Amino acid sequence: MKVSMFVTCLSDAVFPRVGEAMVRLLARYGVKLDFPPSQTCCGQPAYNSGYWEEARTSGKTLLQAFEDSDFVISPSGSCTHMIHNYPKLFENDPVWLPRAKALQEKSYEFAQFFVQVLGVTDVGAVFPHKVTYHPSCHGSRLLGVKDEPIALMEQVKGLELVPLPFAEDCCGFGGTFAVKMADISGAMVTEKVDHIKETEAEVLVGLDMACLMNIGGNLRHRGEKVRVMHLAELLEEGVKLA
Amino acid sequence: MSGGAATGTKPATVKARADLALNDEFLRKAVKYTTEKLRSGKKTAMEQHGNWEEWRERGRQIRLHTIAHLDYYLNLFANNARANGVHVHFAESDADAVRISLEIARRVEAKSVVKSKSMVTEELHLNHALDSIGVEAIETDLGEYIIQLAGETPSHIIIPAIHKNRYQVADLLSEQAGEKLAPDTKILAGFVRKKLREKFLEADIGMTGCNFAIAETGSMVLFENEGNARMVTTVPRTQITLMGMERIIPSWADLEVMATLLPRSATGQKLTVYMSGITGPRREADGDGPEEMHIVIVDNGRSLQLGDPEFQELLNCIRCGACLNVCPVYRHIGGHAYGGTYSGPIGAVLTPALKKNVAEWDDIANASSLCGACSEACPVKIPLHDMLVYLRRRKVEAGRGNAVETAGMKGFAAVMGKAGRYKAALKLGRIGQKLVVRDGGIKAKLGPLKGWNTYRIAPSIAKETFRERWTTLDQEIRAGLAEMAPDMKARMEQKLKERGTKGKEGGHGHGG
Repeated sequence: MKVSMFVTCLSDAVFPRVGEAMVRLLARYGVKLDFPPSQTCCGQPAYNSGYWEEARTSGKTLLQAFEDSDFVISPSGSCTHMIHNYPKLFENDPVWLPRAKALQEKSYEFAQFFVQVLGVTDVGAVFPHKVTYHPSCHGSRLLGVKDEPIALMEQVKGLELVPLPFAEDCCGFGGTFAVKMADISGAMVTEKVDHIKETEAEVLVGLDMACLMNIGGNLRHRGEKVRVMHLAELLEEGVKLA
Repeated sequence: MSGGAATGTKPATVKARADLALNDEFLRKAVKYTTEKLRSGKKTAMEQHGNWEEWRERGRQIRLHTIAHLDYYLNLFANNARANGVHVHFAESDADAVRISLEIARRVEAKSVVKSKSMVTEELHLNHALDSIGVEAIETDLGEYIIQLAGETPSHIIIPAIHKNRYQVADLLSEQAGEKLAPDTKILAGFVRKKLREKFLEADIGMTGCNFAIAETGSMVLFENEGNARMVTTVPRTQITLMGMERIIPSWADLEVMATLLPRSATGQKLTVYMSGITGPRREADGDGPEEMHIVIVDNGRSLQLGDPEFQELLNCIRCGACLNVCPVYRHIGGHAYGGTYSGPIGAVLTPALKKNVAEWDDIANASSLCGACSEACPVKIPLHDMLVYLRRRKVEAGRGNAVETAGMKGFAAVMGKAGRYKAALKLGRIGQKLVVRDGGIKAKLGPLKGWNTYRIAPSIAKETFRERWTTLDQEIRAGLAEMAPDMKARMEQKLKERGTKGKEGGHGHGG
């Protein structure tokens, strides 16, 4: 069985530690991830901005890279959901459409794969900290990954999960939105961080590095000491602590 | 009283209009306060209902069916309404609808019109037109009345004065009263109630919108909380109802579904305080009602959506405002920033779609982070966040994309189309960022980072990317790999098997 890693361009270039944590965590269950290096980006920045031709060019690298994979796992609900858009993106292309549908079917977000496919919720981690969780919009709302991360965190010993007020509200990232509508986006991320501060959590955890980069950037800008982590990192660190 | 035009000219771009709102603390506070109340009300109502998703799907099916057969149901509605003694008019454009309304006003020699529940008349700027022929138009929904006094336009589909707090309202009403009114909701509403009573009795025409038009009996249905729509439709001698051509539903049985979805989605109410069904003008045995009743069915760009695979579902909208109440962008910028009659996510899609001059409006599609809260909240499941992407795509395909962005996206495709070029770009980036990275982050407000870094510190490209790290990591993992548990292996194989059968069934088996 070939289980492949779709690392996403952002985790590849900026947050490699997230991909690494995922690889190590899965290896503990005998899942040996494969990494086809021909993958680049899912094409979401172009797709969301209306540049679908450009999105197809980028997306094809994934369709090719994961052609022989049985499962494709990614540390991002948003990029995984982008793959779910591929059948629409390649709707009028009889050659690429079947490949798009095949990739959609075998793609999983990290927490989704752990809980739905492996059937694991208790990874045996210890993490004695106050944690709050931001459910990213695309992963939770569009991909439907809502309960899985909570189930995983509930089993972590010592972890105190503090509910985030208005958790389901967007953090204001939205890809190019954060650049084009910088002030609206700024107002949104500012409010998100206000809510995080209310929880008095030591750690903010999530399933999407884009959102966490946005929120983390505002936290740092404001000199807040909250640690920002992907769930895979938290679990891997927790397993080591155990 | 002058018509409903806003004071001053609005800035031309959504960005500039949003800036005005972002700097208006009163507005942001007021909008946040009310949208939070409305959305938590909806949440509670959904939970209490207990079977929300099924009813939502039923609502969607009714709307899909009606719009797919709109010609049939419109005909049925018009024939039945005429049989009830209603004068039915079809208006292709806003100008046609205005002309028809003014002709009626002139013929009955109207001096004043009392109005209720009509976003369509806002779309037509009808108050202005009435004013121009010397007919006074008075809004009688409390929020709409406040907005009219302020010389503004509604900033929310169902809460037109959502952006005002009670102190601002007290100031406006005190001017009318000629005395200082306390900023107390009861006192303010009491003043308006008394004032409007006189207007109801004087008015020659009652003008309303329409929440639903029932094809099987030619009836129109209004949902309201203040009782003013009932006054408007019973006191004046002439009634004019303006409705968008998509307001139709086939039957009263369908209304049960809509009456379940609309108030809960709008305000969290199980039912509005008043729900009126009106079937024709006053009959002999009736105690009240208009002697003459007109229904003006307005197209004004709606039929452009028919047959469009990406936008036809826009016509399913029941104007509940739920998408505005959950929208994190609307929450910060309010309704006026959208620039059109309809605001929030539905407005961002509807305004460009209804207008033939899309070029003037398509920038509002950018005022969304595509978080999908709107689609999730919609009681008839309109995929609004997808539609926003379609609007952006159509703009690009029409060759009207922003030049800088277009060049950027061409560059994106060139880099991302081949892993080799992507790798090279990362290396270049790492060299380039040396000039600006401090302590692992970038603070400098350079180029596209200007807006970003006003609120954040940007991260930098890692010293070693994942792909650069892969070979060593892979070797290390191989050396210490655990044996997979048999049950886990079985689960994975089962998933693979299911996938095969799903394919063979050819897309069946998806539950509701």
